[in-house]
Amino acid sequence: MVETGHFALVLAFALSLVQALVPLFGARINSQKMMAVGGPVAVTGFALTALSFAALATAYATSDFSVANVWDNSHSLQPLIYKITGTWGNHEGSMLLWVLILSFFGALVAAFGSNLPATLRATVLAVQGAIGATFLLFILATSNPFARLNPAPIEGRDLNPILQDLGLAIHPPLLYLGYVGFSICFSFSVAALIEGRIDASWARWVRPWTLVAWMFLTGGIAMGSYWAYYELGWGGFWFWDPVENASFMPWLAGTALLHSAIVMEKRSALKIWTLLLAILTFSLSLLGTFLVRSGVLTSVHAFATDPTRGVFILCILTLFIGGSLALFAFRASSLTAGGLFHPISREGALVLNNLFLTTATATVLIGTLYPLVVEAVSADKISVGAPFFNLTFGPLMVPLLVAVPFGPLLAWKRGDIFAVAQRLMAAFAAALLAVLVTALFIDGASVFAALGVGLAFWLICGALTDIAVKSGLGSVAPGIMLRRCAGLPRSVFGTALAHLGLGLTTLGIVGTLCFGTEKVLSMHAGETVQLSGHTLRFEGLYPAQGPNYSEDRGRFALLGADGSTTAEITSSKRSYPVRQMTTTESGIKTIGFSQLYLSLGDEATDGSVVVRLWWKPLVTLIWGGGLVMMAGAAMSLMDRRLRVGAPSRRRKSAGAVPSASLP
Amino acid sequence: MTRKQKRLSVIAGGLAFLGAATGLTFYALGQKASYFYMPADLTTASLQPGQRIRLGGLVEKGTIERGQGTAVAFSVTDNQKQVKVTYTGILPDLFREEQGVITEGTFRPDGVFVADSVLAKHDENYMPKEVADGLKSKGVWQESKSD
Repeated sequence: MVETGHFALVLAFALSLVQALVPLFGARINSQKMMAVGGPVAVTGFALTALSFAALATAYATSDFSVANVWDNSHSLQPLIYKITGTWGNHEGSMLLWVLILSFFGALVAAFGSNLPATLRATVLAVQGAIGATFLLFILATSNPFARLNPAPIEGRDLNPILQDLGLAIHPPLLYLGYVGFSICFSFSVAALIEGRIDASWARWVRPWTLVAWMFLTGGIAMGSYWAYYELGWGGFWFWDPVENASFMPWLAGTALLHSAIVMEKRSALKIWTLLLAILTFSLSLLGTFLVRSGVLTSVHAFATDPTRGVFILCILTLFIGGSLALFAFRASSLTAGGLFHPISREGALVLNNLFLTTATATVLIGTLYPLVVEAVSADKISVGAPFFNLTFGPLMVPLLVAVPFGPLLAWKRGDIFAVAQRLMAAFAAALLAVLVTALFIDGASVFAALGVGLAFWLICGALTDIAVKSGLGSVAPGIMLRRCAGLPRSVFGTALAHLGLGLTTLGIVGTLCFGTEKVLSMHAGETVQLSGHTLRFEGLYPAQGPNYSEDRGRFALLGADGSTTAEITSSKRSYPVRQMTTTESGIKTIGFSQLYLSLGDEATDGSVVVRLWWKPLVTLIWGGGLVMMAGAAMSLMDRRLRVGAPSRRRKSAGAVPSASLP
Repeated sequence: MTRKQKRLSVIAGGLAFLGAATGLTFYALGQKASYFYMPADLTTASLQPGQRIRLGGLVEKGTIERGQGTAVAFSVTDNQKQVKVTYTGILPDLFREEQGVITEGTFRPDGVFVADSVLAKHDENYMPKEVADGLKSKGVWQESKSD
């Protein structure tokens, strides 16, 4: 089975070379036969990669320790779910997952791209094949997950205990679906450059892929953030760690792409810029892969460091980023510019969005790479952390967030900012009320905290205003308004939901950062502690045994007003004997949207235990907002004009007709 | 304004924005980046009073003292010099004697390093990279330690 997997991977590599070359050449000489090769080859390549992945997963599930990779990252006593998720809880396996998802997207283009012009489809598949070929070569040459051990060890070395969590089942697949999903946008852009033709229909094909990738990336980042929050026991939801930034940069650029693609689709403007953004977004995904996988950064994600891998990925990076940007430099001028617009218009607002988002991406990029550059040129070791990002990223985000509610309400081509401001009066009043209530009624609220709450409410109410105004609130009878509301395009709801989610996330961040409280103290069994109106009693430490670990459970009782126990919270110190590692399992009690979070420290000689407690108001909204953003993207995907299989009116002319603008 | 003037003013506005962002970024890099030192580097490094740095090395054997509540003191060493570090809070799970550690904070006037964060390695294979590089350059690194 294992050798089958290896063999399938080699075959997939050979097929990806075919996929990279034959359709591309076919498109050049206009050979239908050669172009038609792309589809079946892409689908077969996906099937082979899936087979290979299944072989590795089987080896993990059955604890086949004759495979070096399984031996290094698994143990027979692990619960089955962690045995399976361990497949991608290591360098080799996670690269295999990366390639699997890449070939999956290629197969999707092959399966659902029948309404694309033949040459465009062939070229897209070829670019996709080229990316697949390089990464398959990378796996086969430097990171073979199927290497055998002889003699086979009896027992494995266990998966890193931090990764033995349900988060590993969700976070990497979602993140990779996002990262790699942008490869489709990249392939479409490179194909457009090779063909020297780009038009509104191109944007209509690219936008759903952008939405899909963005949706998954949003979910992957939110899930990763929540995982780090509860698993690491530090109570933080974002650390500005270079590895987090590596996933955040494609998200920022992808968000910009999402918006500029709208302009291109609706107004046929910003073509060249959209193309460049698509290239940059996937380049940042590749850069993220490089940063995480090459070992230049140390983090929980850097499973093992091997310099040859770093150099190899750097070569891939140079090839694709350099190649695509060079192609862009040579060919972009052959593309024609599109529609004109007034600065104050929907297009103008979207340009503003892009300006802020790309600048924010650049600051994150600089902050992430600067330490690497400094170390390379001067051997000084520096670290750029939260203080830098708070000072640069924060000021860039605030004006953008203030501008968000205006965007969807402005008309295309030429908008009336005063009319829009008038419509937003209610949202503004709500935000102002939120500021006043926060400042006056919540103890210890700083001016910044109150303004932050106001900003969140501004976003939330602005999103609701968008729907209300477009349904005709105030100008038509309620019955008609409801009918109009139901008749609005799904993408309008998608926009409103995504912006609403942004508001919720903002509210969660402001709530946690500005109103959270924290206590560190050492407690004896039976002692109680007060935190932000909640009373906790430490019941004591109780030993317990898990499948592949032993633990000390610290039991805490949440007391009601009458002193009775209303809930029990458990935080434990786990000890994994195989890796000789200790982990802390935090204890979390969700109360409304807020959470009581506690994590156990060391035991002192006198029998007391160090306990760290946090009260985190509205913290769940941070990730809840992410889910709402995902729902917004899903809603937009269901929009009639993007739905797969929906009759497309412009299928014949690959061309010149710009789409009509919606009211 | 003519169309050309309009376009120029939009471009000028965009450039001014980018310039401001770039200026802010490099100002912040100068202010907020924190340097990494090993104890032996400190004699040659010129530190401003109150400057935040990251101090890395091994936790010296037999120096961990627990104080009142959650206070803890220990020495960080690179086998050439030692620095006494105080910290209040929960130590990472993998904080142990003779293990690599990175602390972040400032020096008190009496030469004691007051850390507000302590990072240890993520698993048993991994030594913080800065510490490993620093120890290698000082010739006190044994390759076997990483196993």
